[in-house]
Amino acid sequence: MSAGFRALVAALFCFLLAPLFVVLLTSFSNDSFLAFPPHAWGLGGYRALWANEAFRNGFGVSVTLACLVTAISLGAGTAAAYAIARSRFPGRDALLALFTAPLLLPGIILGLGLLLVFARLGLLATWPGLAIGHCLVTLPYVVRVVLTALRGIDATLEEAAAVLGATPWRVFRRVTLPLMLPGMTAAAALSFLASFDEVVITLFLVGPRLTTLPIEVWHAIQYRADPQISALSVALIAFTALLVVVVERSLGVLRAVGR
Amino acid sequence: MRGRVLPGLLLLPACAVTLVAFLLPMGWLARLSLGRTSGGVLLDVATPDNYVRFFTDSFYLGVLWRSVWVASSVAVLAVLAAYPIALFLFRSRSRWRGLLAVLTIAPLLVSSVVRTFGWMIILGDQGWINGALRLAGLVTAPVHLMNNVTGVLIGLTEIMMPTTTLALLAGFSRLDLTQEEAARTLGASPWRCFCRITLPLTAPGIAVAGLVTFVLSISSFITPSLLGGGRVPMLASTIYEEALETLDWPLAAAISLILIALFGAALLGYERLARRWA
Repeated sequence: MSAGFRALVAALFCFLLAPLFVVLLTSFSNDSFLAFPPHAWGLGGYRALWANEAFRNGFGVSVTLACLVTAISLGAGTAAAYAIARSRFPGRDALLALFTAPLLLPGIILGLGLLLVFARLGLLATWPGLAIGHCLVTLPYVVRVVLTALRGIDATLEEAAAVLGATPWRVFRRVTLPLMLPGMTAAAALSFLASFDEVVITLFLVGPRLTTLPIEVWHAIQYRADPQISALSVALIAFTALLVVVVERSLGVLRAVGR
Repeated sequence: MRGRVLPGLLLLPACAVTLVAFLLPMGWLARLSLGRTSGGVLLDVATPDNYVRFFTDSFYLGVLWRSVWVASSVAVLAVLAAYPIALFLFRSRSRWRGLLAVLTIAPLLVSSVVRTFGWMIILGDQGWINGALRLAGLVTAPVHLMNNVTGVLIGLTEIMMPTTTLALLAGFSRLDLTQEEAARTLGASPWRCFCRITLPLTAPGIAVAGLVTFVLSISSFITPSLLGGGRVPMLASTIYEEALETLDWPLAAAISLILIALFGAALLGYERLARRWA
């Protein structure tokens, strides 16, 4: 590969990573407003972030909601994936397509649909409303990831256990479940992140009484570019990266234990 | 698993969520797109008024046209920007390859609100580019790179790049490095080798990546809203405004169905392409 091509690729990587780099750098600015060139450096952004009650409340709501949504969609999605993978019934493929269809549609349309129905049901700006809305996004991920994990399991292992006299429940508990656990962990992490970062659908479902962290950020950056937001962005990126690393590690551990 | 009761029970929760959160809202959306409001009250009528209004009002036609050309431009720009990266990642044997692959995908894990915020810092009137130009004495008044189409094009292209790169790589399977080597050995110039070997072999990847980028761009909301500053109305931001600011839900529903129709057309095109190159 020629030097010119390498230089081009390097320039394109700079373009791709420019916003992340700028956010990281400006999070250490002590200016009250982010302008170029920066004047003062320090941890003022992080200190202001720590003191910001709206962000702290939003973080609490977002984490609680993401846990709730992950629990619901992991339960419902794993059950559905198991039924689809291990039983035959008419319309099975159509049902799978239906479960994953929300991923094909833009969030803005899903959000509007939820707004229209939830306004009638009185679910706007409520915990159940937010949870159901987020499940719409996370359920397809769980069904797809767990189904892939289930299809990767060697069926003869389950048959062997059954032939040797294990009850269906015991087969599931001792053979299938341990083998699909890595898939479920990945699905849980994916669904947590999808819920935690969700913006577009959530915009239609929140109200002044109940708001998530990404929505607080969304409203804050409409009006000002201050280092606090950069600091928050860096904190969020670190949070996501930590979660990804932990899951990656534990999956590795799970695989090692499985062997 | 035998019997009918157990699978039914297992499917029940997921079906319930899908019914309440997806089927009901989408059905109501379609029904409402034929409705009308009067003084904040939804009337029980079925008229094509909202669609007629969309396709006769120059503002909404402008929104449609702008969305299509912004999404097409972003598709072209993102493919142009992602192609060298994808080619590099596909060919490279360097020990940096793994790290660079991670760096390509890493932005996907970062909220697009955060990435767009980064672009606001770079492109704003007081931002990095304008600040640097002013320091260098090149300009006196700021160059407006944000709150207009330019900002949307720059930001959206970057936001799409990781996805475009992945789509390109998925379509590169037919690219065989030995054929490139053969062409070079037989005396073809690098440019000729690229035009005659590399480009034709990666054409399916380019088509699929362009289509995916177009579909994601035409429905994108966050980046066009923030970098357009309300001055670049596209389909998604118009749906949002009609729904939450003007409170004209029937019209918002009609625009949503028009967007779904555009989506369907693009997906059909995608399937055609996929079958042709399969």
